[in-house]
Amino acid sequence: MNAIEIDSISKNYGDVRALRDVSLTVNQGEIFGLIGPDGAGKTTLFRIMTTLMLADSGSGKVCGLDIVKDFARLRRIIGYMPGRFSLYQDLSVKENLDYFATLFGTTVKENYDNIKEIYSQIEPFADRRAGKLSGGMKQKLALCCALVHKPSVLFLDEPTTGVDAVSRKDFWTMLARIKASGVTVFVSTPYMDEAAMCDRLALIRDGVIIGTGTPEEIISGFPFRLLSVKGRRMYPMLKQLRKTAGVITCFSFGDFHHVTYSPEVTGKDRILAGLAEAGFGDCTAKEISPGIEDCFMWLSHRGDSDRQAGAGMQQL
Amino acid sequence: MERNAVEIRNLTKKFGDFTAVDNISFDVRKGEIFGFLGANGAGKTTAMRILCGLSLPTAGDGTVAGYDINTQQEKIKRHIGYMSQKFSLYPDLTVKENIRLFGGIYGLRDRQIREKTDALLGMLEMQSEKDKFAGSLPLGWKQKLAFSIAMIHDPEIIFLDEPTGGVDPETRRRFWEMIYDASEKGTTVFVTTHYMDEAEYCDRVSVMVDGRIAALDSPERLKSAYGADNMDEVFRIIVR
Repeated sequence: MNAIEIDSISKNYGDVRALRDVSLTVNQGEIFGLIGPDGAGKTTLFRIMTTLMLADSGSGKVCGLDIVKDFARLRRIIGYMPGRFSLYQDLSVKENLDYFATLFGTTVKENYDNIKEIYSQIEPFADRRAGKLSGGMKQKLALCCALVHKPSVLFLDEPTTGVDAVSRKDFWTMLARIKASGVTVFVSTPYMDEAAMCDRLALIRDGVIIGTGTPEEIISGFPFRLLSVKGRRMYPMLKQLRKTAGVITCFSFGDFHHVTYSPEVTGKDRILAGLAEAGFGDCTAKEISPGIEDCFMWLSHRGDSDRQAGAGMQQL
Repeated sequence: MERNAVEIRNLTKKFGDFTAVDNISFDVRKGEIFGFLGANGAGKTTAMRILCGLSLPTAGDGTVAGYDINTQQEKIKRHIGYMSQKFSLYPDLTVKENIRLFGGIYGLRDRQIREKTDALLGMLEMQSEKDKFAGSLPLGWKQKLAFSIAMIHDPEIIFLDEPTGGVDPETRRRFWEMIYDASEKGTTVFVTTHYMDEAEYCDRVSVMVDGRIAALDSPERLKSAYGADNMDEVFRIIVR
């Protein structure tokens, strides 16, 4: 049995099409990532899957239970950490945890082993009010509260948004341990670099799933050749590259530019020669494999016509 | 010698027993893109609020755009631009109304506002959108508009507080191209981000740890000093 099965779910808010015909399957015991920017529909999908909102159309099952008909049973066996901190600010760390354990008909003592690893890090502050915790500690407490009843599936809506690069890495280490204990994890993020830490993922944009598979599968579908270019005057070079024949897109990636090109029209040497001619003689380039972020940018424009055309890559 | 856009000396801010900013000193040169990095809770927001004239330091001196952070807060507010991802435009005002509101707040005269409105709409190619609600625009346009409005009074320096958080990969890069354009025209840019690839786009970056500035240099020199391939590694080495 799959942990999650979502079939053709759509949801509109007035004129806004938040989700359009979304289908996906999550295997038991995997970390599944829902990756996309703000406003893509991630939270709406979470609310529907966790029985907090009804879809306009489509159906879904979590742990074999229908997300509409079996909502009461389903709520007992899933854990949900919403994007916005939603614990009781004026209860202490321990009170929050006891409260959520009681709601699920259990006790902290009974399930201490489930949360021990994470809870031990905040236990020294057990009497501190939740509202007075730092961001990282709040996040750990919220995670404990979502895990205290030993859920079969854990839903985490943007747990790392606004979190610094180091804490994000720590958080993913915790997720790997939760997965190892047998829990299926469904997690959303706007950070493309977190994709590599998922077993499988779905890329979502404007309410549409634009790609799904293992990170390797998504990367292997990238249709262009990709060049990583570096030089001294990076921004003028970016503008020059976009004017170069055969170059499909050019965007900055850290201290390199990623250039997609069609091999029938041009190649690395011709692109470098063109740059040298335009006064960028100091550039170096190498052929690279794309990352998830390159793939997301490509998939965003495939079949995209109605929205953001003005801001988009007109070349594609 | 030309003065710097920001000059901070021995800046400290305490909240009760807690020292949020601990005796930091740094300069931001005119026209540079300065990345202000740090872990959550390191004191970035507190320091930035002082630089923007929204909070007074417990100790220390400094100037922003030539104005004193202790005594000329109102002057600072008029001479800087500010934009964050969370609060930038009023979604239930139209594009034109937003421009007029912020122009007024920054003390522009009616005639200046009219001229700026035309110039800005033309530059952004948003003439036909001028009567649409800001909230209804696609994210990429919203950001461009918010950035341009934060610059409506031609500030010497603009503060950008996590301007690209949660934004899709292409819009994020297009936004940085606007930053480059502003920088080429001489505007100083002071920016915070959690995306370490964006740290590479800065002329210089500082990394705050526990209220102090633990490192400050160009990305190139930081990478070689810490023997790291990229800024993500540099950041991890410094913060851990």
